[in-house]
Order: sequence, then structure tokens, then C-alpha cells
Amino acid sequence: MEKPLLEIRDYRLNFNTFDGVYHALDGVNLSVVAGQSLGIVGETGCGKSVTVRNVLGLLPSPPADVISGEILYRGKDLLRVDQKEMQRIRGSEIAMIFQDPMTYLNPVFSIGTQMVDAIMAQQKSLPREQRKNKREARQHAIAMLEKVHLPNPEKQIDRYPHELSGGMRQRVLIAMALSGAPKLLIADEPTTALDVTIQAQILDLIAELVEDMGLSVILITHDLGVVAKICDRVAVMYAGQVVEYGSVDDVFTRPRHPYTEGLLRSIPHPGRPPESLSGIPGFLPNLLSPPKGCRFFERCPKALEKCRETPPRISRPEKGAEALCHLYSEERGDA
Amino acid sequence: MTATEQTNEPGWRERHASTIRMARLYARTFRNNGSAMLGLGIITVFLLAVLLGPWIVPYPEDATGAINLANKLQPPSASHWFGTDEVGSDVFTRVVIGARVSLQIGLIVTGIAMFIGVPLGIIAGFVGGWVEEAIMRVTDVFLSVPGLILAIAIAGVLGPGIFNAMLALSLVWWPGYVRLIQAKTLSLKSAIYVDAARSIGAGRLRIVFVHILPNCLSPIIVKGSMDMGMAILGAASLGFLGLGAQPPYPEWGAMISVGRNYLPDWWWYSFFPGMAIFLTVLGFNLLGDGLRDILDPKGRE
Amino acid sequence: MLDVKNLTVGFPVRNRGEKAMLMAVNDVSLTLNKGDALGLVGESGSGKSTIGRTILHLNPSTSGHIALDGEEITRLSAAGERALRKRAQMIFQDPHSALNPRMTILRSVAEPLVLHTRLRGSALREKVGELLETVGLQKQFLYRYPHELSGGQKQRVCIARAMALNPELLVLDEPTSALDVSVQAQILEFLKSIQQQKSLTYLFISHNLAVVRYMCNRVAVMYLGKIVEQGPTEEVFKAPRHPYTKALLEAVPLPEAGQSRRTAPLGGDIPSPLNPPTGCAFHTRCDKAIAGKCDRVPPPEVDFGHGHVASCFLGVEGQGTTGEKIRELA
Repeated sequence: MEKPLLEIRDYRLNFNTFDGVYHALDGVNLSVVAGQSLGIVGETGCGKSVTVRNVLGLLPSPPADVISGEILYRGKDLLRVDQKEMQRIRGSEIAMIFQDPMTYLNPVFSIGTQMVDAIMAQQKSLPREQRKNKREARQHAIAMLEKVHLPNPEKQIDRYPHELSGGMRQRVLIAMALSGAPKLLIADEPTTALDVTIQAQILDLIAELVEDMGLSVILITHDLGVVAKICDRVAVMYAGQVVEYGSVDDVFTRPRHPYTEGLLRSIPHPGRPPESLSGIPGFLPNLLSPPKGCRFFERCPKALEKCRETPPRISRPEKGAEALCHLYSEERGDA
Repeated sequence: MTATEQTNEPGWRERHASTIRMARLYARTFRNNGSAMLGLGIITVFLLAVLLGPWIVPYPEDATGAINLANKLQPPSASHWFGTDEVGSDVFTRVVIGARVSLQIGLIVTGIAMFIGVPLGIIAGFVGGWVEEAIMRVTDVFLSVPGLILAIAIAGVLGPGIFNAMLALSLVWWPGYVRLIQAKTLSLKSAIYVDAARSIGAGRLRIVFVHILPNCLSPIIVKGSMDMGMAILGAASLGFLGLGAQPPYPEWGAMISVGRNYLPDWWWYSFFPGMAIFLTVLGFNLLGDGLRDILDPKGRE
Repeated sequence: MLDVKNLTVGFPVRNRGEKAMLMAVNDVSLTLNKGDALGLVGESGSGKSTIGRTILHLNPSTSGHIALDGEEITRLSAAGERALRKRAQMIFQDPHSALNPRMTILRSVAEPLVLHTRLRGSALREKVGELLETVGLQKQFLYRYPHELSGGQKQRVCIARAMALNPELLVLDEPTSALDVSVQAQILEFLKSIQQQKSLTYLFISHNLAVVRYMCNRVAVMYLGKIVEQGPTEEVFKAPRHPYTKALLEAVPLPEAGQSRRTAPLGGDIPSPLNPPTGCAFHTRCDKAIAGKCDRVPPPEVDFGHGHVASCFLGVEGQGTTGEKIRELA
């Protein structure tokens, strides 16, 4: 297997809240290979956003409290780099885009002003002679807008965020994120606020960036369809753990973990006549006092007696596929 | 109620479990807020002074201006903790009794201001159209003149006196409530649960009283608590200028007004009423801030 | 049962200081039979929610007619509106804000009963308890406040409130789009089962095509205030006639492996409903648009049988259409 660009290892993170310690992440392991896209999928409260926030040092501590683990980017642990290095990595190595572009665009400045500012800020770590001046930065901004297929970039660059549609704003945000030529793009629910036909355009753009520019992408979403459409690998998260991890082809055709199966049986398929849906009864466990055994035990239709007490370990039912479930460690007899 | 129904129907505790839980959470949030607890402490002392005043002060007759010239302008001592004034009255007695006057002023001024401001704000926000325009423009006119200056003018016209001072303050205080409640009503009017109430057939009055007003309570309580302090300060200012309570009425502002003639040698005469005003206003403000912290739904999540 | 004819809803707005009329719904006709579940699909600005709100008199209509069981309900007196509330109810998109945060679940669900019936006291509590049971919630929730409930539970409470008066028609405005998929599945299953039990009629508004296919026997696709295609769900999904419907179906990412990644069926943005394109509103994004025709003349409604109707010139030119009747629209 190729050497991963980003690797998260045994990542544990707590939030110290008023009501006690919230065990948000418990031993997350993930990796992204250069030029590939990884989808992280899960429901509210599964920890999918929290997992990637600290890749760019975006979680304030306190309340966040990293218990263990490392986030290795090209061998460098991002949990332990200093502010200056993190500044350099943000934008020029790793960039992030979010669900609601409007929150990240300042309504009183034009698109161009904000992009030029971002570009100028990114090159602070470069030697003086390599830096672009304002005019060059603007040219670069226009080129980036062209790359994300914003129509008429020379004209649009002088418009204000509220004059653009939701889809165009997301394109602008992607252009801004890519202006420092990062290797990895983290997209947190980038299409959730968009209409279906516009979502398709943005997904198309992300797929293009991966295929043509060799960008690596981590895509966080609650929509299984979005992951299935544009990702190479997928990590399914539940209650702060990655419960299943594998290639999209594998996970969607042969889900291993009962939670993944449950999710897939919960969504109606737009391309097929209706079959009955099962849903997943019950609730997310309270992560202030997480269950002793498997975190999915209470809701699992296939639970065994030992799932109550013994937390499952990652097992590899087949090459490249991982599931956090006793069912597979059982089969292979390596529990 | 029959016996069988009683067994079916959960008890008071069970029915109000959520409220109790919420009250506990509020109390806990409040307890962890140091400045709010300080405010609560100050206000408790203030309220104790109000409740027990006449029974705990050493010279009750001094409150109404008894004259004892032999004792005039004594510095603080064991028999006169805060010293005495120019007619020999005990300053401690007058400051403690002054708390009653201040509370009365605070309650009446904020009460009248709410009574005028809240209904106008709800009407403006809910009805809209020209009614809203009219109410809000009048409010704007009032808000554009500094409140105290306007109150001085009104009190000047009405003539000096504690009652007129309260009236003058009330008349300049309500516009703040109109603004606050109108904005809140506007946002609640488009809340989905108000739509839901309309779709099950709730009339306008019901929507106002059941769905909008209860959800305006938090900001009203917070503003009311802070305004108590500000109204006391306002009344004291009027008293100081000679437009409010008249000596020998035991009002803090009026006491400072007379006492400043005796500065700096007889400092205690104006210092202790001044401290009383300062602490009371501070107390109400800290309390208001603390209440805002616990009542703000964003803080609760 | 519900008959909407030529409904138009406009909102006065200010566009750069000038007064303008936003035509949220433009000349829409719909029919629902008893027991139908009609899915109203479309993207933002299509006017699908406005239709639902207008039927329930939460918005005024500009012109057109709405009839319930043959009885005109377009304009109603206060008493008529009260009567309508008993027959038609609505479920809103966001259960988190559809319940008054200061009211217990008991008071929220009891409100329609207090307004429309004489039930009070313990009989009222009893009835609310029964209603909660029908939506799958225990009586212990009676004295809870909304913030203590999960999204799915809140939506069940909203359903209980809407069902309190035994309405015949339920307008469901994106009832599950704020919920997680595992909860959505339970709510959809439940909505489907009570529809059958009580032979309810649903107007199901959603942007999620998969959900509509699952829930509805008929579907109407809207674009910029107009219905561009409607018909029996399976026919529309299997053989969409309007290019917009086709694009919409292709745009949905499927939860399965092996899809082509680079397929954005439509370029461009949804035009502003303030200033919709002339002729066929879709012509600016349609790759089959015929210059000089689609951009000038509103397309005709073409009937493909079984009530499957699409508004497009392509249908007229024969796409293997059998026995279609062509009606020119205005």
C-alpha cells in the first residue's frame, strides 16, 4: 500500500464540559493516500467534524483535551507543531472548506479583496523575492476562480458575497482554499446547504480536482450518496469511533458493521421502487459515560453477549477492509 | 378527583420534574458565576435593609429629620457608625432607611416603564404597518434625547418632589422597552412554532399571550434588573440636583446634595450615601448580567 | 379531494428600492384524491413550500382557487378558517423550532384540543396521552419540555399535535430533512403506516427525491413557481419526460458503489424567481432548448396518459408519446 499523506493514529479526544468529561473521540485511526479521496460519514454527534478540526489546530483547548494519538502529515505530527509551522501548513499544505460559505466570507469586502488578502497572508512564510505583489495576487485569484469554473471570473471577482448564489459562493471558497496550492483539502459538509443540481456541480468539481490536479480530499458528510459518488475510501463513524473503514466499492456492496448495514437500510434509494425501511431504533449512547463494551451494543440487532462488556477491536475481515466489531474477530478467531 | 385518577395522575414533583431540573441547572450556572453571586449578595443585603430597616437602625426617629444639634457632624464612631449630619441625625440610620425609598423608586419607575413599553412593543412588532411606524417613530424621538436631561426638564416643569421625580423618570424610561420588545416580537412572529400555532387555529390574542409574551420574558427580566439600578441612580441624580426628594427626606441623592457642602472635612456625610448608591447600582447590574447568562438560550445548550 | 386550480401566489418585495412582485407560485393546478400522497419536489425558489402554506391559509393567495371536497376554501371567514383547521393540518420542517420552548409537551399537544373541543382537565390529559402513544411516545413525555427531546421525538410530538383533530389532509413540509437518516427512516415508516390506517391524504413537500419516491404515489416536479411535470411516481421516476426532471434524477448521488463521478447534469444556477426567464423558465439551463421557441413561448402541457403530464415542447414533437392530448396553455 502507498505511503499515506495524512495519517491519524489512535486519536482520543475529550471535551471537559460542565457536566463532566465528554469522550468525543475514542481511538480513531484513518489515513489518506495522496491523490485519493476519503469520505467520513456518520450521523449527528458521531465525531466526524471533531476528528478533522485539529488537523489544522482549530479546536480550542480547553474545552478540547487530546488524550492520545498523533495526526501525521508527511511524517510530521500536527498535534505537536508550533503556531508558526501550523500557519504555514494552513493554506499551503492543507486547506479546509465548510458547509456554509457565507459564514466564512466577509459581507463587506468584495470577493477579490478577500482572495487577495488570503493570498498575501499565505506567502508570509515565503522569502521576499518569491512573494506576489497585489496585482499578481489578483491575477492569481482570477486564475483560481477560473479553475473552479466560476463564469466570468474577471467580472465576478469584484462582486460581494451576497450578490452570488450559494453554489458560486462555495466555488469561491474552494478557489480561496486552493490558492495556496495545498496538497490536501478537507471539506466539511460542503454541499449540505445546496440544491441537488448545484450539489452535483460542486461534487463534479471536487472529483475533477482529485482526478486532474492530484489533490487529496477528506470529505465529511452525513449523506451516504455523496460519499459513494466521489470518494475512493470511506470511514463510517459512530459515537466517536470509526466502526468501518474500507474502499467505497467494498463498504457499499458488502457492509460489515451492523451500524453500516443499518444506515444503508435506512435510506430510501432514489433509483429503485420503494422497499420498506428499517431505521435504527434507539439512541446514541451518552458519551459522558460511554458504555463499557461496544458503543453500538444497545442498538445492534446482531449483538452478542460479550459485546456488552468487552469493547471490540479493529478486525480485518479481508484485505483493506476494517470493522470494529466482534463478529469478525470471532470468525477469524483472533479476539 | 377520584382515587383511581389520583393513582393515574403523576404527582406534583413528577409533573414538574423538568422545571425542577431546569431550576437546578439555572442555580448551578448562577453559582458558578462569581460576579453574579456578588451582585446577588449585595442585593440581599439591600433587601434586608429594606425589610428590617426600621427595626435594626439605632435612631429610628432620625430618619424623618429629628434635630439633635448637640451631636451635629460627629465623625464615625461606635455610637454613630457612619457619623452624624449637620442637624445631628445618624447617617447610618438615614442610609439604611434610604434603601426603602430607593427600592420604591426602582420598582415604580421600571414598573411603569414596562407597563407602557412592553404592550407598545408587542403591538408595534405584531401589528406592523402604520401602527408600528407611529409607535417606533415616537420611541425614536424619546430615545434621541438623553434620558436624564429629559427627566430633568420634566421634573423641572412638574416641580421638585420625590413623586414628580419618579413620574419624570418613568416617562423617559419606557422607550427602551419598546425597542427591545418590538425587535423580539418581530423575530418571534416568524418563528415556526408561531406558524404552527396559527395552523392549529390559535387566534391573535392567544398567539400574543401564549406564544410570544412568555418567550419575551427573559430579556424583560434582564433589562428590568439592570434598570432597577439605573432608575435608583437617576432618582438620586434628580435628588442631587434638588429636583427629586427634598431634605430631610432620607433619599441618598438628596443626602449627598446637602452633604457635599460639608466636603472634604465632614466627608462621611456624603461618602456613605454615595457608597450605598454605588453598591446598589453595581449589585443590580451584576445580577442582571448573571441572569442574562443563565436565561440566554445559547448559553444553556 | 383537494383541488387547486390556477393558483398564483405573489409576495410584494423591494428589489433595489423598487417595488416588485415575487411570483412564488405561478398558475399551478393540482388534484389530490382521498388517500393520495402527492410529492411536491423542487429546488429552492420553486415555490413548493408556498403552495402548502397557501392551502392552509398561512399565506394569502393572489389568484386562483382551492377547493377541499368541492368546497371553495380560497377565501374564508374566521369561522370557515376554524373549520378548515380541523380538516387540514401541517407538519413543519424543523421540529426543533416548531414547538414553543416554554410549553410542556402536554400543553403543546393539547393546544388544538383546547381551541377546538370542550375537553379539559383529566380527560384532556388522557386524550393527549393517547395521542402520544399513537406516535410511539410514552406518557412520561407529557411534562417534558422540547429541549429535553431528540429531533425524532420532537417530530413525533408535532405529528401528534397535527393528528389531534383527526384531519383528513396533512401538508408535510420537509418533515424529515432536519433529521438523521436512521431517525428519518423511522418517521417515514410511521407516517406511511398512519396514512394507511387513517386513510389520510398527504401533500408531501420535499427536495429529497428518494424520500418522495418512497412515500408518494404521485409526484409533481416544480421549477420556479411552475409545475413542469406530474404523474404517478413510478412512471415519472422510470420515464421522466421533462428535461428538468431527468436532470434532477441524475443529479442525486446514489448510495451504491460504481457510479460515474463526473456527471453534473445541469450547468448554471437557478434563476431568481424575482425575474424568471421568459417562455419556458427552464430554457436557460436546458441543453435541448429550441432557440426562438423555448425562450419565447410558454411550453404546452402534454399528456402522456395515466395522468402523466409534462410541460415541454419536446413532448409535442413526439417522443414515442401515445395518444397524447395537447392543450395549449394560455
